[in-house]
Amino acid sequence: MNTTDMHKRIKEAAADFGWPRIIIALFLAVLFILAPFVKVSIASSLSDIINRFGMNALLVLAMVPMIQSGCGLNFGLSLGVIAGLLGSTMAVQFGLTGWAGLFGAIALSTPFAVVLGWLYAKLLNRVKGEEMTIAMYVGFAAVMFMSIMWLILPYSSTNMVWGYEGKGLRTTITLDGYWNRQLSDFLAVRLSDNFVFPTGLILFVAASCAVMWLFLRSKTGTAMTAVGSNPDFARASGIDINKMRTTSVVMSTVFGAVGILLYQQSFGFIQLYTAPLYMAFPAVAAILIGGASINKASIVQVVVGTILFQGILTMTPSVINSLLQTDMSEVIRIVLSNGMILYALTRKSKVTR
Amino acid sequence: MKKQFVLKSFIADNLVAVIFLAITIASIPLSGLSPVHIIDDLMTRIGRNAFLVFSLILPIMAGMGINFGMVLGAMAGQIGLIFAMDWGIGGMQGLGFAALLGLPVSILLGWIAGSILNHARGREMVTSYILGFFFNGIYQFVVLYLFGSVIPLHNRAIALSRGFGVRNTLNLEPVRQVLDNAWLVKIAGVRLPMLSYAIIVVLCVFIVWFKKTKLGQDMRAVGQNQHVSNAAGIPVEKTRILSIVISTVLACFGQIIFLQNMGNMNTYNAHDQTGFFAAAAILVGGASLTKASIPNVFAGVLLLHLMYIVVPMAGQNLFGSANIGEYFRQFIGYGVIALSLVIHAWRSRREAEKARALLRSEGEEA
Repeated sequence: MNTTDMHKRIKEAAADFGWPRIIIALFLAVLFILAPFVKVSIASSLSDIINRFGMNALLVLAMVPMIQSGCGLNFGLSLGVIAGLLGSTMAVQFGLTGWAGLFGAIALSTPFAVVLGWLYAKLLNRVKGEEMTIAMYVGFAAVMFMSIMWLILPYSSTNMVWGYEGKGLRTTITLDGYWNRQLSDFLAVRLSDNFVFPTGLILFVAASCAVMWLFLRSKTGTAMTAVGSNPDFARASGIDINKMRTTSVVMSTVFGAVGILLYQQSFGFIQLYTAPLYMAFPAVAAILIGGASINKASIVQVVVGTILFQGILTMTPSVINSLLQTDMSEVIRIVLSNGMILYALTRKSKVTR
Repeated sequence: MKKQFVLKSFIADNLVAVIFLAITIASIPLSGLSPVHIIDDLMTRIGRNAFLVFSLILPIMAGMGINFGMVLGAMAGQIGLIFAMDWGIGGMQGLGFAALLGLPVSILLGWIAGSILNHARGREMVTSYILGFFFNGIYQFVVLYLFGSVIPLHNRAIALSRGFGVRNTLNLEPVRQVLDNAWLVKIAGVRLPMLSYAIIVVLCVFIVWFKKTKLGQDMRAVGQNQHVSNAAGIPVEKTRILSIVISTVLACFGQIIFLQNMGNMNTYNAHDQTGFFAAAAILVGGASLTKASIPNVFAGVLLLHLMYIVVPMAGQNLFGSANIGEYFRQFIGYGVIALSLVIHAWRSRREAEKARALLRSEGEEA
């Protein structure tokens, strides 16, 4: 009798955790088991995963406030990314390097993120119920608008503009000599030949997660969660719903801006023009893989989801490639990330059940 | 007082089209293109794109918003064309063959998409968009890995050099513009692909007829109110699935018509922009998320493609950079969709408030 009871409980726990997540975790485990047989170094894979985790974690973390406040998945994350791009290009333009460059870029992009986020929130507050589709297209339109701006804004730094025309920003701008890997190399620990732990980056991510964690437990954070889980109850207890939603959207946009700056310093390049177009989708997929639904998310889910998603992105090209002699990683990435988003969108959310 | 109110709602109703028209009209003289060239290009584009846009009408009628999942149909059409090229079937037979092969594939995909959308009530649009992404992965898997390894490829010319997978660019020479040239009328330098137009007219007749059938009426009822329809004995879920199936099948045929005009096909991303173009066109044409008509389609295709012809040239002449025009028209395309969605959301809220106010005043009178 006890065993059937156990069985039932395990089944319930699995259902709660979500079958897609279990399958993805098992898939990643299988990839790791297979890795040594096809001569893929586990150490360098782990190092890659940790680096890519740090690179993407803040973009995924940016999803949390909007999910909590009931605005759904932030498909308009590209607005935050645009603010970050403005900040980093300005920092390069002003010739800021090293720590001044990185933190200068953060400082320069924050006001843009706040203003853009505030406007974005005003819009989303008027279109309740249709947020996700509208956010997506507002993001797309903004990216295209900025593409025109990158061509005509008066940037002049020779490291950024096209050489022969002397104007218009390049599609990719190197951060070499500015703040390339500034955080990643800070206190970095070389554990073995191909395993380097990016201490600074991970510390920054941990600090950001802690800030978000504390915020969600503050008075404002609790009120925000209340708005997301039961708007009527929230209104009855005197919470200003629109204000809470605005706060969450602004936070999400600011985290998106800082997130892309972290991404750039790990990657070594600023990518402009259409690069931010689809940046929201991997972040959305990651948090959903971590176990979030479209109206509930936590920091743990951000961490688990980013590690799982980046793990698969790191492992599939090397392992599957060696196994099948073809590169299927792109297909796996597309099917997996969008399959996860579909799963989340089609599931009845627990609050409304 | 009353007249002012009407004018206000007229502008609100047509804001998107008005803004759009203003930009386009301003760009025509700036582009420096001759009227004959513009009209000729426009006529070709109507024949090429209108069919695809029609595929969006039925899901809108069934209350599911814009079916961005129509790209599934486009993929089915492309698979049909790949087979036609592989088996070396050209001309009209090639197109017919591609359509016949695409038909069962698009029915299957449409049925899957419809069933998934039934699980995502209230967020059909974003779900259908992601569906397009998801099936893009499946499509790539099939075309890049299964063709030539599991599914036999006879024509080496369309395979990648590694032996399996289809080439990135598929030459559609055997079926290039066969539909357009079958009955081509030239008036003052303007080419009119009459057969393509005839097919579109037949489709229009079909849609008008379909709206009057039992199924068409059911679809409209489901679009108005699912609960009432259910109570009235209409199989709501089945009706919604059927609207998506028909939409997907039409998109499949539409993509075949589109590609025969283009003459070659980017195997892996020809379908990427299909949903975007169709959605932007129907919204520019004055359709909303709950109401779309045949005139909306024609007005939209005309307006959108007029802009697509003139704006890049205008950008080049104005800023000395073709890139700016290119980015600008994409910005306008995405912006139009965003704006239409926002206006729709605003309007439904306004109407809900109006209804509530009405209810309140009636209560006071009584």
